[in-house]
Amino acid sequence: MSKNKKVKGTKIIVDSLKDEKVEYIFGIPGGSIIPLYDEYYDSDIKHILMRHEQAAAHAADGYARATGKTGVCTTTSGPGATNLVTGIATAYMDSVPLVALTGQVETISIGNDAFQEADITGITLSITKHNYLVKDVDELQRIIKEAFYIASTGRPGPVLIDLPKDVQTGETEYDPNITVNLRGYKPTYKGHPVQIKKAADMILNAERAIIIAGGGVTISGANKELINLSELLNIPVATTIMGKGTFPEDHPLSLGILGMHGTTYANYSVSDSDLILAIGTRFSDRVTGDASRFAPDAKIIHIDIDPAEIGKNVRVDLPIVGDSKNILNSLLSILKTKISNENKGRYKKWIEKVSTWKMEHPLHFNEKTDTLKPQYVIKRLYEITKGNAIIVTEVGQHQMWTAQYYLCKNPRQFISSGGLGTMGYGFPASIGVKIALPNSLVFDVAGDGSFQMNCQELATAVQNNIDVKVAIINNGYLGMVRQWQELFYNRRYSNTRLGYLPDFVKFAESYNAKGIRVTKKSEVDDAIQEAIRYDGPVLIDFRVEEEENVFPMVPAGKTLTNIIEVDKR
Amino acid sequence: MRHVLAALVENKPGTLARILNLFRRRGFNIESAAVGETDDPGISRLTIVVNGDNNVVEQVIKQLNKLIEVIKISNLSQDRMVGRELAMIKVAVDKESLSEIIGLSEIFRTKIIDVSTRSLIIEITGDEDKVNAFVDIMRRFGIKEMARTGLVALARGQKATEIERED
Repeated sequence: MSKNKKVKGTKIIVDSLKDEKVEYIFGIPGGSIIPLYDEYYDSDIKHILMRHEQAAAHAADGYARATGKTGVCTTTSGPGATNLVTGIATAYMDSVPLVALTGQVETISIGNDAFQEADITGITLSITKHNYLVKDVDELQRIIKEAFYIASTGRPGPVLIDLPKDVQTGETEYDPNITVNLRGYKPTYKGHPVQIKKAADMILNAERAIIIAGGGVTISGANKELINLSELLNIPVATTIMGKGTFPEDHPLSLGILGMHGTTYANYSVSDSDLILAIGTRFSDRVTGDASRFAPDAKIIHIDIDPAEIGKNVRVDLPIVGDSKNILNSLLSILKTKISNENKGRYKKWIEKVSTWKMEHPLHFNEKTDTLKPQYVIKRLYEITKGNAIIVTEVGQHQMWTAQYYLCKNPRQFISSGGLGTMGYGFPASIGVKIALPNSLVFDVAGDGSFQMNCQELATAVQNNIDVKVAIINNGYLGMVRQWQELFYNRRYSNTRLGYLPDFVKFAESYNAKGIRVTKKSEVDDAIQEAIRYDGPVLIDFRVEEEENVFPMVPAGKTLTNIIEVDKR
Repeated sequence: MRHVLAALVENKPGTLARILNLFRRRGFNIESAAVGETDDPGISRLTIVVNGDNNVVEQVIKQLNKLIEVIKISNLSQDRMVGRELAMIKVAVDKESLSEIIGLSEIFRTKIIDVSTRSLIIEITGDEDKVNAFVDIMRRFGIKEMARTGLVALARGQKATEIERED
């Protein structure tokens, strides 16, 4: 074997990133990562300088969710690394492929409580799919290769690589033919044919079938197959928040989202069904309500790439482990051979029942009032953008109203922290989304509380001319908590009144961004249109009714039919 | 119910921490865990005894399988495995009790591995019931300290927890 020239660890890192086709990195430099940043200085990989490491993780996460590619962020050791924790946990809960590169003190100092030393591999043990502390520069290239492979395959997730300073500056050979061989990691992609056949029989013998589509459908890219399956036999589809957009929400067979703030008709249909085909969803408590009384009459077919999700939260009658797209394709071809005139219309009666629920229990808010309702803002945003914008959200009431009123047609169109529920996610994530999709209109729908958790990133947006629009649904409260306090804690608003808010228009202007204030219903359309027309970041401060609630609502721990539908006040 | 799990894992720093962290994080209870190298120095074998109903143990196995360093894991069914544990027991002795302790030790086929004027260290190997029975008897004489390895186990017959070779 010919001897290659020795190169520095940092060169190995950058060349490996190029091998992985990384185009953007989000991060902030610091003492322990200066060698790598010195390498970035000459590289054509574009680095976006963020203002907080948490935001760097969220931006990389947004970039990943918008594209399906692996997002990359870089920070220094100690506080730089610990600031990533919320971002990594957010990505972990929503199965987002992310590689985090963190600086670390020199290997000789590890364990001695050196300046800016934190045990980040220990800290992130429970919130990463895998993590590495590189102790030897000779292992560096293999580890980076493995990290990208693990992050992006099977059920995706974040992988952290901790890089001691002396590993970055150490020298070794670059191997252009390196391959990954992990004997303990072999994801299953093909579903078991016998199980798929059984699923086809169950679908052709049920009377009230429903599909629940989750985030796995987006990750797998199985949305076309999902539509084909639904249309083949007229099976209604409800999605989770993470699955929003995998099935067009303006489709007659769409039931929108299910769960705590899902549509009444989705929750009724799931609860009354005799067969649930759950695809790429983990039956979170926000989806199932009381899991022990979830869909009592239904047999459950569960398709998921992660075998550990099967039977974790709800009983499953037929598990199929594998990739949704593969499995749905096999299922479709079996169903097509078995379908006959007599079973083709088998769900006709069921669809009629579902349609009645849809008619009797539509999503509802008071549209006639002159006060500015938050739902009205979302509805107009949907109508003015013709449902074509990429919508990113923060977490709270505004997130749920957006999930309810901004109908999505495509997967990767609704980008939101579903599992961890991270306030402050949306704005930095929208920066990553806009970088990934420069020709799309990107709106971050925010709450006044959430926005303030990462509002410093306005500097990043302006500096790089990242044209994101932020619609702040400003009600002066930590609204979702206030709603729970109103409904379940006798209106004792403990620490949910924000009380003091910045002037968001002046705030925007102080960063050289555009700020617009809306206090009246009549100003909504103009503000949205003006924001779209403006070339550059815009904040719209929508001063909405303060104590509006999100309904329908299934209180936590209750069954899905236990729905508060309208405001009783 | 008690389950004995055998896992082949990468013999690397941090592997055990990852596995134990998973038990802590998911709230699974470990009764005992014993780890050692296999014939392949790159692979360690971990024997874990867990208590829980079938659903819990199924989750334990699935979650362990998700760890990159866990290569293979099997649930050894109780009636088809051989399990052994080693314990060292330091028992107080005096002139009156000495011969009785030695006699009992012989019945249990133990070894006396350290002798001093006021104590003995007795090594016993066997399945858990045997070790427990002996410990109970020794309590009467006064156990000064004791160390147990936890169970190690292999499946009976041809069946083995091994890595499938790829062609």
